[in-house]
Amino acid sequence: MSEKEGVEVKIREPLRTSDLDRSFPEEVVKHPGGEKLYLCYQCGSCAGGCPVGKITDSYRPRQIIRMALLGLRDEVLSSDSIWLCASCYTCQERCPQGVDIADLMLAIRNMAADKGYAPKTLVEQASSLIENGRIVEISDLTERRRYTLGLPSVSPISVEAVKKIVAKTAFDKLLEKLRGK
Amino acid sequence: MKLSYALFLGCVVPAREPSYELSVRKVFRELGFNLVDLKGATCCAPIPVESLSFKTSLAIAAYNLCLAEEADLNLMTICNGCFQVLSRANMSLKKDEKLRTDVNDVLVEVGKEFKGARNVRDYLQVIYSDLGLEKIRGSVSKSLKGLKVATFYGCHILKPSSVLMFDDPERPHILDDLVDATGAKSVPYLHKMRCCGGLLRGISDDLARKLARDKLFSVSQAQVDCIVTVCPFCFLQLDLGQLEVSRRFNEPYKIPILHYPELLGLAMGMTPDELGLHTHRIPTEPMLNKIE
Repeated sequence: MSEKEGVEVKIREPLRTSDLDRSFPEEVVKHPGGEKLYLCYQCGSCAGGCPVGKITDSYRPRQIIRMALLGLRDEVLSSDSIWLCASCYTCQERCPQGVDIADLMLAIRNMAADKGYAPKTLVEQASSLIENGRIVEISDLTERRRYTLGLPSVSPISVEAVKKIVAKTAFDKLLEKLRGK
Repeated sequence: MKLSYALFLGCVVPAREPSYELSVRKVFRELGFNLVDLKGATCCAPIPVESLSFKTSLAIAAYNLCLAEEADLNLMTICNGCFQVLSRANMSLKKDEKLRTDVNDVLVEVGKEFKGARNVRDYLQVIYSDLGLEKIRGSVSKSLKGLKVATFYGCHILKPSSVLMFDDPERPHILDDLVDATGAKSVPYLHKMRCCGGLLRGISDDLARKLARDKLFSVSQAQVDCIVTVCPFCFLQLDLGQLEVSRRFNEPYKIPILHYPELLGLAMGMTPDELGLHTHRIPTEPMLNKIE
């Protein structure tokens, strides 16, 4: 790492072809949203319009795509960066190559979750979905407020149906694994 | 004949923003719609779920679409997140036979089958297309003339535009037209289309706050009376979030945030009390005084 006029310049170690896992991009393109990964020509329109990129150096969609194309599997999947996409879809609208960038991030997140990586908040929200059928719970206070406003009480959710669906997709097992981490 | 829709409430609105739900119910009844509550509906399984398992999200979305199919009604959303997730699921499942077979293989566990017989529409589309601006103007009994409004669409009502086909994703006009129809004036402001950062809550509260702060700052420069939102996440970020932003950045914002049906309700002559505006965290009185 060197310093130039107070700006920190990060120089990474040279990559060795032996570190690259060529099967990684091949797997990404098989996930919904990842299909057009190979079309990226690194123009940077995604990073240029990214609202998160404007306020932090920690998220650069172009960089993640490049790393995925190179086959830096572990580095991509274990990175905190992939969870910083705000899913605003600005990049996806503007990509001149039609890469579904925001969806690509979701595909990479799915692969990361399979490897046991996911932010605690998302795991908690998803767990609430399984327990209650909804991510945001209805509290007694909410019910009282609704009553005061003259709203009907919230109609019951078929939690059983949700439980059966997540058992079939093995999502309950995935969450168990992620909670155990 | 009354137009009927299956009302999909989602998670956030009934739990956190009851006044929004109230205004939707009152305004749509007044406009002559019949909204049928979708019994047994679950969370739509939005991006937090999609991030972990696309397949699960799709199956849960499809389950809810099946409920609308069984009710023989098109589904109307009042949340950008629900609109995006359910529209995408509906479109992909209608188009892709393999995906449909896979999902139906999951749904058989709960006795459902996705047939692709119904459509998903956001409530803004419903009033904009089914009714049209003329009728909206006609429903206004108390013009909001003199009120300056910053409109905020949010992301997932517009994008990905190839799926949602709602409006121009970079230069939309539907919400602005609908605001103008109440007599109020939608005014331009810097970075109008920039994301509120709502989905970063819990992942990076710091970044989420900064995005909300940037939005509030640019709106404050435009000297408006209120912000009008469509999405419950944007509303949370800007209403409840405004208190936090004001404290953290030492910038005392007091910009009232209203959902569009709340604004329209006022223009239709409903009182702030009837609409439950006192439940907002940022007091709405300054803008209400202006239209009194």
